[in-house]
Amino acid sequence: MTRLVPQLAKAKAFKVPTVTETALDNGLRVLVLRRPGVPLVELRLRIPFAAPSGKRGRAHVARVALLSDTMLLGTERRDAPTLARDLQSLGATLSVGADADRLGFGGSVLSGGLGGLLELLAELLTAASYPKREVRGERERLVQELAIHRSSAGVVAREALLARMYGNHPYAHDLPESDDVDAVTASQLRSLHTARVIPAGSVITLVGDITPARGAALVAEALRGWTATGDVAVTPAVPEQEGRRALLLDRPGAVQTTVRLGGAAPSRTADDYAATTLANLVFGGYFSSRWVSNIREDKGYTYSPHSGIDHPAAGSRLFAGADVATDVTAPALLETLYELGRMATVPVEQDELDRARQYALGTMALSTASQAGLAGQVSQLAGSGLELG
Amino acid sequence: MPTKTPARSPRASFTVDREQLSNGLRVVVLPDRSSPVVSVAVYYDVGMRSEPEGRTGFAHLFEHLMFQGSANLAKTEHFTYVQGSGGVLNGSTHVDYTNYFEVLPSNAAELALFLEADRMRSVALTEENLDNQVAVVQNEIRVNVQNRPYGGFPWLSMPPLLFESFANSHDGYGSFVDLEAATLDDAQSFFDSYYAPGNAVLTVAGDVDTDQVMRWVNEQFGDIPGREVAPLPSFAEPPLTAERWGVVDDRLAPAPAVAMAWRVPDPADLPSYLPFVVLAEVLTDGDASRLQERLLLKDRIATSVGGYLGIMGDPLDARDPTPMMVEVHHASEVPVRTVVDTVDSELSRLAQDGCDEDEVARTVARMTARYLRDVDPVLGRGTHAAVFEQQRGRPELLNELPVLLAEVTAEQVAAAASTLGLDNRAVLELRPAGDA
Repeated sequence: MTRLVPQLAKAKAFKVPTVTETALDNGLRVLVLRRPGVPLVELRLRIPFAAPSGKRGRAHVARVALLSDTMLLGTERRDAPTLARDLQSLGATLSVGADADRLGFGGSVLSGGLGGLLELLAELLTAASYPKREVRGERERLVQELAIHRSSAGVVAREALLARMYGNHPYAHDLPESDDVDAVTASQLRSLHTARVIPAGSVITLVGDITPARGAALVAEALRGWTATGDVAVTPAVPEQEGRRALLLDRPGAVQTTVRLGGAAPSRTADDYAATTLANLVFGGYFSSRWVSNIREDKGYTYSPHSGIDHPAAGSRLFAGADVATDVTAPALLETLYELGRMATVPVEQDELDRARQYALGTMALSTASQAGLAGQVSQLAGSGLELG
Repeated sequence: MPTKTPARSPRASFTVDREQLSNGLRVVVLPDRSSPVVSVAVYYDVGMRSEPEGRTGFAHLFEHLMFQGSANLAKTEHFTYVQGSGGVLNGSTHVDYTNYFEVLPSNAAELALFLEADRMRSVALTEENLDNQVAVVQNEIRVNVQNRPYGGFPWLSMPPLLFESFANSHDGYGSFVDLEAATLDDAQSFFDSYYAPGNAVLTVAGDVDTDQVMRWVNEQFGDIPGREVAPLPSFAEPPLTAERWGVVDDRLAPAPAVAMAWRVPDPADLPSYLPFVVLAEVLTDGDASRLQERLLLKDRIATSVGGYLGIMGDPLDARDPTPMMVEVHHASEVPVRTVVDTVDSELSRLAQDGCDEDEVARTVARMTARYLRDVDPVLGRGTHAAVFEQQRGRPELLNELPVLLAEVTAEQVAAAASTLGLDNRAVLELRPAGDA
């Protein structure tokens, strides 16, 4: 018996959540969004941390990586285990990460502990001490971790691709070089912290079981003493992307070929941004795409082909990647180029376009339907100078 | 300045509605109108442990086949309907269950129920799709195991050392020989045995009304005929009586690692099991945990330290028998014996000297926060409720878990640690190519 596929009910309008924005005298922007549900608050803090180009850029990437790895290892008042215990007691997590544009803090806390978490955050921002012994230990650990990362085919391929795309630009370095890490000292970290961990240009976002008034008041109370000043660095312009021949890296004995492609893409404010977003989906940006249908669901060459666009400060870009069985490398590349060529020359069918549009709109609603998802979206958009609305 | 624990004890308070259809399907609805999204999840009570000998990897291969077409849907339509309505989807195969789920804008709730019902009614199997998905799964194993440093360590390499029976010890991703030997008859018989409505749990969480959902569920699933479901066999094994030590060589890994595993009490007995769940966190959650503070900060003999219950790392979705695992990555210059002895000394210190209530309280505070964060999204809520219903018949545990965690005492944690001995564990060394 054939059963009919149910029609979709009328979609609810996407409600843009209300973000309350204030600013502290020190320049810090404060965004608070109440989203009750579970008794938690999500915290994000973004600090501009752009790297310069060239050799200084490589050294900067190494210093920032170690700075973010060691910031939680001691302040003038607490050692690492004490800090870790105090975070646990609040039901809080706090992590520090960095890329070529910024230093980022991400955390969450049982809502009753928000004030305590902000106090700890303030202490880290104003009094992180980078103890020599801890920095030395973390430096060795980071070098070992980098060796582990670089034993993975995906990382090797991505680094080679970024080096080709960006040359001397800091975006060429997702990961620091081991010898640059070896050269970093605790006093360099303290100087870098003093110069760059500043409230001007920074944005803190709170989302969760908290009213905007109370959230803003707690931030003001905890962070008004963060008074460091300095220059807000801006990431240098990225070089023009040129079409290039394929680069082959031999990995003897590998059972798969790791294929990665990349190039420039329109920014989020460009006229053709929306069209490019949909074109990416139709090509390889989701499961119901041409590339996945072809090299996975028809030919079985690979498990996980995917393409996507991301938006670092100095220039958006498109990446595509698939890990294909070694013996079908040539046909997999041929089909990939065929699908790219078809995108460029043959119009997209109306139903393909409708699906991609619905997917883009629907997943935006999904990504803002949890405290953590919403915090990530708000913080990312604010950090790029865009508004949620 | 010591930081105080928040005074208010955190709770979850989700509405949990529960019904069973006459064909045996159990349904849990978690209505929450705060965001216009919904998750739909179907859990079948069959996992890697139930696959037949000579068919390693079959439960997972079959999961792939469930996306290849069904009673009224051609290949790829399942994906295009979900994604074309703005949703995301996936499935995953575990030791004890296989799940399928969608998260969508809530106007697509009925559509998602139709799609899940359609493949519970019947799966459309063809030689071409079987061959295609065998190739896809082989590429999945290549990218996640064979072409990856530490691939499958320790979740695929520990079970053969820790367990005896085929069910518990075999490679659940599957050998290429077994995958290639799979037939359409195997698939049909697997479907007939394990994909009956009476062997499944359906959860719907999010922007829906329970009565409306139950009307849809009855329309879509109500006329799928009930089939007899064989009772789940016991997978129990006698405890280890002597230490087992194994070695796995990894030609891609640049540095060694070691995993230690002990069997823990039957998870069905939550009061006996939860102290072990807390113990794993006391040992390995953050710089204030026993093993991280000792191995990473004090002795500096490790690169990373992790610890968890369950072969695949989720303590709340495993049936008996299941292990507690400690996993340490270390530099080649540090002998593996030093790492193992140091873990042992921390375990016996904890067993003998105990821990104080504050250590347990702060550990539980963070566990609770992490759990609440997991169940905030409608998908996490739906999947937790599904496992609680399937394995314990109690979806209300969704709300009760924080309370149960808060009841675990320091004495229970120390007592749990005292069972992790030298002669009832398995130790698996991973040696990098350079150390051969």
